[in-house]
Amino acid sequence: MKNIDSKSHVRGESVYLDDIPLVQGTLYACVFDSPVAHGKLRSIDTTEAEISEGVVRVITAKDLVGENQIGGIIPDEPLLADDEVHFQGMPIAIVLATSEELARKAAKKISADIEPLEPVLDPRIAAANGDLIVPPKIFKLGDTEAAFERCDHVYKGRAEVNGQEHLYIETQGAYALPTENGGLRVYSSTQGPTAVQRAVCRVTGLAMHEVEVDVQRLGGGFGGKEDQANAWAAICAVGSQLTKRPVKYALHRMEDMRMTGKRHPYSADYKIGLDKDLKIVAYEATFYQNAGASADLSPPVLERTLFHCTNSYYVPNVSATAYCCRTHLPPNTAFRGFGGPQGMFVIESAIVHAADALGVKPSDIQRANLIENGDEFPYGQIAESDAITTWTQGDKKYDFASLQREADEFNASSKYFKKGVAMMPVCFGISFTKTPMNQARSLVHVYTDGSIAVSTGAVEMGQGVNTKMAQVAAEMFGLPIEKVRLHTTNTLRIANTSPTAASAAADLNGKATQLACEAIRDRLLEIAQPLVEAESVDDLSLSDGYVHRNGERTSLDFKTLVMDAHLQRVNLSEHAHYATPGINFDWETARGHPFAYHVYGTAIVGVTVDCLRGRYEIDYVKCCHDFGSSMNTSVDYGQIEGGIVQGIGWMTIEEVFYDDSGKLRSNALSTYKVPDIYSIPKEIAILPLETSRENLAVFNSKAVGEPPLMYGIGAYFAIRQAMDSYKKSSPPFDAPFTAEKVLMSLYEK
Amino acid sequence: MNQFILNNEDIDTNLPAGTTVLDFVRYHKNLKGTKIGCREGDCGACTILVGELRDDKVRYRTMTSCLMPLANASGKHIVTIEGVNPSNNSLTPVQQAMVDESGTQCGFCTVGFVMSLTGFSIDDVAKTPAMAVSSIDGNICRCTGYKSIERAAVKLCDAVTARHGDAPAIENPKSKIQNVQDSPPSEGGVSAALGGRGGSLFARPENVVPEYFSRIAERLTQIQVRPPKGGTQNIVGGGTDIYVQRPDEIVETDSTHVFYDETLRDIADNGVTIEIGASTTVTDLLESPVMQSIFPNLYKHLKLVSSTPIRNMATLGGNFVNASPIGDMTVWFLALDADIIFNNGREMPLRKLYIDYKKLAKTDQEFIKTIRFKKPGEDFRFNFEKVCKRTYLDIASVNTAISLTVEATPGPGWVPPALSEANSKNSPPSEGGVAAASADGVVLSPVDYKIITAHVSCGGVAPIPMYLKETSDFLRGQMVNPETIADANEVMQAEISPISDVRGSAGYKRLLLRQLFRAHFIELFRID
Repeated sequence: MKNIDSKSHVRGESVYLDDIPLVQGTLYACVFDSPVAHGKLRSIDTTEAEISEGVVRVITAKDLVGENQIGGIIPDEPLLADDEVHFQGMPIAIVLATSEELARKAAKKISADIEPLEPVLDPRIAAANGDLIVPPKIFKLGDTEAAFERCDHVYKGRAEVNGQEHLYIETQGAYALPTENGGLRVYSSTQGPTAVQRAVCRVTGLAMHEVEVDVQRLGGGFGGKEDQANAWAAICAVGSQLTKRPVKYALHRMEDMRMTGKRHPYSADYKIGLDKDLKIVAYEATFYQNAGASADLSPPVLERTLFHCTNSYYVPNVSATAYCCRTHLPPNTAFRGFGGPQGMFVIESAIVHAADALGVKPSDIQRANLIENGDEFPYGQIAESDAITTWTQGDKKYDFASLQREADEFNASSKYFKKGVAMMPVCFGISFTKTPMNQARSLVHVYTDGSIAVSTGAVEMGQGVNTKMAQVAAEMFGLPIEKVRLHTTNTLRIANTSPTAASAAADLNGKATQLACEAIRDRLLEIAQPLVEAESVDDLSLSDGYVHRNGERTSLDFKTLVMDAHLQRVNLSEHAHYATPGINFDWETARGHPFAYHVYGTAIVGVTVDCLRGRYEIDYVKCCHDFGSSMNTSVDYGQIEGGIVQGIGWMTIEEVFYDDSGKLRSNALSTYKVPDIYSIPKEIAILPLETSRENLAVFNSKAVGEPPLMYGIGAYFAIRQAMDSYKKSSPPFDAPFTAEKVLMSLYEK
Repeated sequence: MNQFILNNEDIDTNLPAGTTVLDFVRYHKNLKGTKIGCREGDCGACTILVGELRDDKVRYRTMTSCLMPLANASGKHIVTIEGVNPSNNSLTPVQQAMVDESGTQCGFCTVGFVMSLTGFSIDDVAKTPAMAVSSIDGNICRCTGYKSIERAAVKLCDAVTARHGDAPAIENPKSKIQNVQDSPPSEGGVSAALGGRGGSLFARPENVVPEYFSRIAERLTQIQVRPPKGGTQNIVGGGTDIYVQRPDEIVETDSTHVFYDETLRDIADNGVTIEIGASTTVTDLLESPVMQSIFPNLYKHLKLVSSTPIRNMATLGGNFVNASPIGDMTVWFLALDADIIFNNGREMPLRKLYIDYKKLAKTDQEFIKTIRFKKPGEDFRFNFEKVCKRTYLDIASVNTAISLTVEATPGPGWVPPALSEANSKNSPPSEGGVAAASADGVVLSPVDYKIITAHVSCGGVAPIPMYLKETSDFLRGQMVNPETIADANEVMQAEISPISDVRGSAGYKRLLLRQLFRAHFIELFRID
């Protein structure tokens, strides 16, 4: 089953934000943003911009009808700077003009008098200054202090991991149109239509029932359009409210890159203690999260770092502390993995540190500590683990030892080119860690011609969620997929949505769709029962477009049944609600059962490093991945391949680079490099771990969006291992491993 | 008036010649299939096909429409996805392969890939998996991880060749997929890979693009190609840098567009010198038999220069006068100690053109017409090295080129042909290939090479692209050995003045140049 959008995609007929036909009178917005990272905003001069050609209005904070606030979790993020600027790229004023070019021209004529203040860019400095966005979060299991006393080996160190630009190929954008009685319709490229709706309401002073948000699809999101889409929608909404005209803003790439936040950089300290059998007895970690200028989603990202700070391992004594540090960078935000990858990078660094010191292979330590059924995570949930299964099956299929041997043999005969191999187990919890967010709704209409329309709270951004929704409905009604049409994600049809995030959209919205279809199907079968003279509705099913009785096809087709039901005044629509059962978490005790289930997997990553030039290439990623039971292998394999490459990019060539003034220097595609077709692994092999174990996933098909990204972490350690065969240089744990770091590590020490 | 054909429509427009083709198709013609990703030629989402009449046939090239001035469309066939889509709502073989292999996720980059692969399918290039992948080297996808697109490209090779009826048997597709990046451009070497007219492996355009394409050649002959207008403010070639640096103002600037000036596009071998017109593109160089015969690693080296669509647009003259300190082609030609000839007939060595950062020793009225370098003899050695964050489709942290003539005295175990053989073949030009990018460093038994002439250049280590005069002078007359390399490095390190920036710290750039300088000798002589 291919992605249902494939055909319109390859024909260039799929509609994105910038493709929406414009209403006459549309104005174009452009933002004037702060040129400095931190300062007192003394005054703004907009006079020249106001008389610039085509300009209809210039808006600053004082013009807002509602509140100057778009913070989602914590109200600490003004839409437009008023008294202070907190990062380079912070919006200060909005120009509205009759064309995009004229708006951009006018924005350049705005100036601001800003008294510069010292910017803080280092999260450790922010923490030392006590500038934390939320109080520190702490996870504890057992007693680390006592446990370290018992350890045979204890190692301490530091790990740094940089951020990552989302680089969705479609930039952020929104288009707001005035509706009757002062309302607004907002098209937004957002993963969180409800978040956009709330932000728009806050800045305009409108009630939520006056604002409609509609999303067709995104040209990529990856977390970057979860909360960070809010500002652009709010800007368009404010403009539309003040001018009574439609307002559009599709950001230029450089605006997008400098004004939006990214994956959080972390600086961390670790301490790991092992016994003589390589069992990790105790683990301590302190995480300094570089949150940027405002909360955005940093607190929950920080929490997930803690949830995944022991990755796939069982550690009986854990103490992990995390600081959400306010700095003068754009507010960092959600990005595939949501803090989990950073937590995993740190414990993997600790393991490699220990392995180096002990003269063993990192995989020996990894293997000895994989979490088993019944083991307890540091947050109290008991594991239903497939960590060992994915490791052993992957190892059996791909033979880690022989891959290592091949690398060793190659290295023995090659002077500068060196191969390295690393194992990367992954364990990722599925559910929003904030329990109340684990709910979704789906609206299903069956029309009298037998066609089905489905709307859910999920946003299609390439991950194939609409395809899965269509599969659910088609399966429930026994119809070919062409009979099902997925419609836009719209706050009038589906209210109070959780964002499409946490890998959970297919589960939550799929279950809701399943419930909606079930309800309609049950009503239809009741109508069918007398028509096909069945003894009980339990004998009936829908399949191949017909009613089946005891598994055999009757003459009653779906369309006829639907029309009959309609004539009998039976409801052919259903709006169903799903809430994940059995999950809870109490931050008072930092314990509970936050995840519906975990996804497990193990990857083997092989690389070749050119130790003359510092370049490298990824030879292969071979993984055994826990799909549950995949309902769509082409979609799910695509998520794995894409996740792996994105994870490798984060660990290798993607370098977010701010200078000392807080200015983003990697501010365009010419200076920020994501993988191209030649940077990817020459081979990606996927071995599905099929488990019959019941889970809470839709159709037992486990979430797949985020977990594979973390296989990419293996690339970092494989490069490090390859370098070791050229020269034992013990480079610091500092991702990404750019060509510069490779070369400097090999030759400058 | 500016006349061209857009898909199946004759266009005659008065819009400013500096308007980008991207804005024209999207906002003036409402063709929304072409997407905006970066507006600097770095993502490929806006890739279009540009058909040019050559010898009564239309030759199509991919270009990024975001960097292409409308002037450069004059007299051409401009093709967007709307001009490729079959009218009956079905799919072309390219589109079908992308669907079948799940090569599309969010879909935003997809059209760019479809256009690149369509260009590959209808071009006279060998239909090998490596060449199919090469055609999408300028397209960025953030969703798929490319594996599915790679599979689609391989499948497409099969589809378009099989349709011809006499294609050779296809081996196991799975093994081919794994080897896509390993295999050199083609077994037949560079020339076959780059448009050798082999015959049996080429697609029939009618299977890939709509029927109206068959009449484009004739229609193009009837279009007036507007002579370049005499604007005074700028000379614009391919536009690949000026539209990145000054996108807003260049649209309204009254420029002279020289991209398709036939008098500036020739590559001529005069026996003594090679003369190249300033509007020659990097792709023109790649395809030139003259250049191929002089530079055995031409393909491998030029693959390191930007991407297919940019190579199709970027001109030598533009690269030189843009004066980027890391201009790849500038560094290349500096190492040939090339001369430039201006429109007024004045001549000067290229190395004298650069005074300071973006400051040139020429008047505003002067523009480069011709590049000339001495035709190398048998004893010629040339190497080009470039390292960036991403090996391909990236701007160098440091790049360097070297040209040497040497006298070789056979030593024990040394056989002359082995060297040139090794130089051209043993370092397989792996498309993705760090590992294969270089012969690994091996010190052979003593062989004496005396350096007769030497020209070394480098980029990224000074405000200008550098001709390393001191280093070059030092090398002349020296024997090639580790001591010479080490001593030359000392001289070189004193000549350069790198600064720290987004492409690397100053210390890194010094180290990297040293390493790449060593790499020259490993590549050329296997001496480390």
